[in-house]
Amino acid sequence: MKPFRIIVRSIRDSFKSVFRNFSLSMASVICTTITLILVALAIIVTVNVNHVTKSMEEELTVVVYVKKGTADEQINNIESKIKRIDGIKDVVYKSKEEWRLEMKGYSETLEVTLDYLDNNPLLDSFIVTVLDVKDLAPTAKEIRTIEGVQSANYGEGMVEEIISVFTVIKNVTFAIVIALVVVTAFLISNTIKLTIFSRRSEIEIMRLVGSSNTSIKLPFIIEGFLLGIVGSLIPIIAVVYGYIIAYEKLGGSLSFGVIELVKPMPFILYTSLILVIIGSVVGMFGSARAVRKYLKI
Amino acid sequence: MKFIRIKNCYKVYKNGVAAVADLTLDIDKGEFVFVIGASGSGKSTLIKMLYREEKPTKGVVEIGGINVGKLRNRTVYKLRRKLGIVFQDFKLLPKLTVYENVAFALECIGMKGKDIRPKVIKALEHVGLKDKTRSFPNELSGGEQQRVCIARAIVNNPKLLICDEPTGNLDPKTSKEIMNVLDTINKDLGTTIIMATHDKEIVNRMKKRVIVLDNGVLAEDHAIGTYKAKES
Repeated sequence: MKPFRIIVRSIRDSFKSVFRNFSLSMASVICTTITLILVALAIIVTVNVNHVTKSMEEELTVVVYVKKGTADEQINNIESKIKRIDGIKDVVYKSKEEWRLEMKGYSETLEVTLDYLDNNPLLDSFIVTVLDVKDLAPTAKEIRTIEGVQSANYGEGMVEEIISVFTVIKNVTFAIVIALVVVTAFLISNTIKLTIFSRRSEIEIMRLVGSSNTSIKLPFIIEGFLLGIVGSLIPIIAVVYGYIIAYEKLGGSLSFGVIELVKPMPFILYTSLILVIIGSVVGMFGSARAVRKYLKI
Repeated sequence: MKFIRIKNCYKVYKNGVAAVADLTLDIDKGEFVFVIGASGSGKSTLIKMLYREEKPTKGVVEIGGINVGKLRNRTVYKLRRKLGIVFQDFKLLPKLTVYENVAFALECIGMKGKDIRPKVIKALEHVGLKDKTRSFPNELSGGEQQRVCIARAIVNNPKLLICDEPTGNLDPKTSKEIMNVLDTINKDLGTTIIMATHDKEIVNRMKKRVIVLDNGVLAEDHAIGTYKAKES
């Protein structure tokens, strides 16, 4: 029963002290709010950049042309051989007839030309997608060795460049998010330290009258937790409403549809969850760290 | 067995200052002992070692069979619950009322709410502040604040009351009142009291056992009523 009483008392005291030290509590909350808004912005940018790079990467494929006059049986054989290569996501067969129909749609000149020809000059093909775009080159190389394959192309040169640019962008945005989280942790814990500094006499008296370290720390940790949660409320509201409004205003994309934005649901829910977790966890640990200084442990 | 046993105790601070040297001392249950000496004589260090704010560098400090110096920081609270401490600067929480300040000590150790009230009222009765329960510390005189501090120290029925210059901030008349309160506690509750002080007049008048420290060394140990301070 005693631990339970201590917990109940800690919760009661932490609420009391939030109001008793109102101005310092507000300082902690505002500090948390501001930094978490920055974190939220960084998360939104990062996730969208990743989304864009990912959707672009998904469009990267190896196009495999089969030699003219290859028998159907041989074509099936090629398909099963391609499927056996490691890291293959999907293999789609596209006959020369399908190509003809598609190309006829590109322009009128092409349509007329293709209609004029008696024989379809195009080749049967496979569109191969891979799990990791970095495997495009080796996969294409391996496919070329299969008998009956005319060519396997994936846009050599350009693809490598795109991949390296995307990798840099991903790493940079990720680093920014991590850095911001660290800064947030530091700022919040420092503000809480100020709050606790102003209450060191209270901690001293608690120690002198025989409070255990746990029962001294607990109210402060709960207080840090509460302040962290309150501090993450405004950033969450800003993310939820801000992102939905921005998404609708922009019609779901940037640069005239070139860059597609991440759909608000469930993205904003995850982001909100991350913000609450950062706020509360950092608040708790910040408090615990600050109180430790005044406890001889 | 002696209630408090200090044997060959040394305390050297990190900066090299030797505050207490080779101190050996026994105190019985129920005694009232003054610790006197000039500033820097080691009074405060001795007091702090008793409530384990400082650890002896060498030697033994034992209270009721507990070797205080061997206590870990995280278990010190177990010792503190068995003693009461009164300070020169009261150390009251300004935002709490008299009642809350005294109850604070019991709440901190996780006592049930319904057990707290009678104990607090009793402690405040002992120090004569029963009618001031709702006042805040800044509404009280220095003597009254010190009495709240004493009430807080005795509310948990400690066997030992440690007082670090409790009258240091008070005028002679108020000091006398505080000493009467302490004397009553000593006599009525049988609480052992150790009090560090500068106030020669009090020491002369109270006629208790007097321990004189000089440069960290036990200079004199006068039995009850045998000490007479030199006029200075």
